[in-house]
Amino acid sequence: MKLIKTATVCLLLLVFADALFAQAKKTTVKSKSASAAPSAASMAAGKKVYSTICISCHQADGGGVPNMNPPLIKTTYVLGNKSKLISILLNGFNENVEINGNTYSNTMPSQDFLKDQEIADVLTYVRNSFGNKASAVTVAEVKKGRAAKK
Amino acid sequence: MKKKNLLTILLPVVAITGLILFNALKIDTPLKPKAATDDAAAGLTLPAGFSAAILIDNINGGIREMAPTPEGDLYAKVYRIRRGSTVKGIVSLHVDGDKATIKSTFGNFSGSGMYIKNGYLYASSDEEVFRYKLNSKNEVINPNEPEKIVTGLIARRQHEPKAILVDNNGNLYVNIGAFSNSCQEKDRQRGSMGIKGCPVLDSAAGIWQFKADKPNQHYKDGIRYATGLRNVVGMDWNTQNDQLFVMQHGRDQLHDIFPDLYTVKQSAELPAECMYALKKGDNAGWPYIYYDQIQHKKMIAPEYGGDGKKSGGENYIDPAAAYPGHMAPDGLLFYTGNQFPEKYKNGAFIAFHGSWNRSPEPQAGFFVVFQPFKNGKPDGKWEVFANGFAGTQAQTESGRAEHRPCGLAMGPDGSLYVSDDTKGTIYKITYKK
Repeated sequence: MKLIKTATVCLLLLVFADALFAQAKKTTVKSKSASAAPSAASMAAGKKVYSTICISCHQADGGGVPNMNPPLIKTTYVLGNKSKLISILLNGFNENVEINGNTYSNTMPSQDFLKDQEIADVLTYVRNSFGNKASAVTVAEVKKGRAAKK
Repeated sequence: MKKKNLLTILLPVVAITGLILFNALKIDTPLKPKAATDDAAAGLTLPAGFSAAILIDNINGGIREMAPTPEGDLYAKVYRIRRGSTVKGIVSLHVDGDKATIKSTFGNFSGSGMYIKNGYLYASSDEEVFRYKLNSKNEVINPNEPEKIVTGLIARRQHEPKAILVDNNGNLYVNIGAFSNSCQEKDRQRGSMGIKGCPVLDSAAGIWQFKADKPNQHYKDGIRYATGLRNVVGMDWNTQNDQLFVMQHGRDQLHDIFPDLYTVKQSAELPAECMYALKKGDNAGWPYIYYDQIQHKKMIAPEYGGDGKKSGGENYIDPAAAYPGHMAPDGLLFYTGNQFPEKYKNGAFIAFHGSWNRSPEPQAGFFVVFQPFKNGKPDGKWEVFANGFAGTQAQTESGRAEHRPCGLAMGPDGSLYVSDDTKGTIYKITYKK
């Protein structure tokens, strides 16, 4: 399993000349904590949520819509601070987002009707799809975000 | 284990290559406009006898509305001025056959509207309307000192561009788009209901009429000419029945917001993108109703008690014509020229910018449509006139379009100009007898 995963990472790097050196390196570190690595189950469940809820604005390829809905590909919003990302899902986001000189201004509504598990899964999926590679989001982290919301 | 070793060896090489590529892509290089001459290079599919040329492309910031001069030149409005770009808010183009060159660029505001009337060039930002005096050759006399005609218009992160038009009686019409999708308590939120007596309508979601020659007008100086129009970008004056026609962008996300009432497929098709013929005081019904082009009925919006089946809204005007959902009609032009065959005379061209809100269903639009007219009214079925702006069929369906048709204008020789606000291309479509 680990071998296959490593081989996939290797292949992706070779094919796409992926630039995220640091993150790619992270995935090869032996002593990676199991909780932060995305599980196949979480990825599958997250894909399901993405395909029913997020896809209409952020699109199938995660590339968003020019001027309106921001892309989810290798942005600090997605790959950076997890609690911020969780907060965007729970509270919605009503500020202009600037990515690579382009501004995106559509309203992101709150998705707080999703269960903690669904939010953890979909964020794990987004952080590990469309060329992204980052640690998983856990239910505990979502619970913390939900508590902070009140 | 072997694979891992290979990876360890290759990592530095891959990382360095990657970094170089990544940085190369990230640099915001201003694109140099270049002219093209080859008809085939335009990449458009047109009816027999028509051909398309790329007048100019890569105008940094994209092009929205255009205003041709009787001398054959062209003013074009730059959508978003790019940081560090030499291209400002307006480009003045010299057109020579199938080629155009930039004569000058001026104006420090991004925006959408561009219109020539009575010796003035009108231009809009997202909050204001300006005009520039033209000389006898329709050249801007003082590009650095436009006259501010309207100021303080609302632009709140949705439907901000202001479409403009001047009629023959000195009236300026300005679209002010709704800063909301469907006037919900919480915008675009699943299940959130509509605000009673939608407050957006007081200052947006309609066409406002101002005086074309009076400086510094505010809301209070204008009148709300027509209301209940969510967002209009394409508009034109129909000279046959002396009436303003507009194209409305219908509301988004019926399924996302009310998944129990609308399927994904219904949400991709509905509601219609509507053409309206407006009279002073008309109300097209947003946000309370939408138009269903399949049932040919005005329907109560789900935010206001609708269930996808209840029709209503008798006091609201009917559309003059209706088109499939979400295709985003950004350009409207009545063809009054003599170059194209007789069937096009006084009919309407509509530029559909292309959808995003059909996903996960395939996207649609990214083409210019012809709508036949008779005696100032739509007559017969619309047809695709110019297609291929997006590139391949896959690019159309994914919405990853190369170009998006936006503004439409007619040159003095009857040629049709189509702008693209993605790559800053201007197309010229001609008919050869």
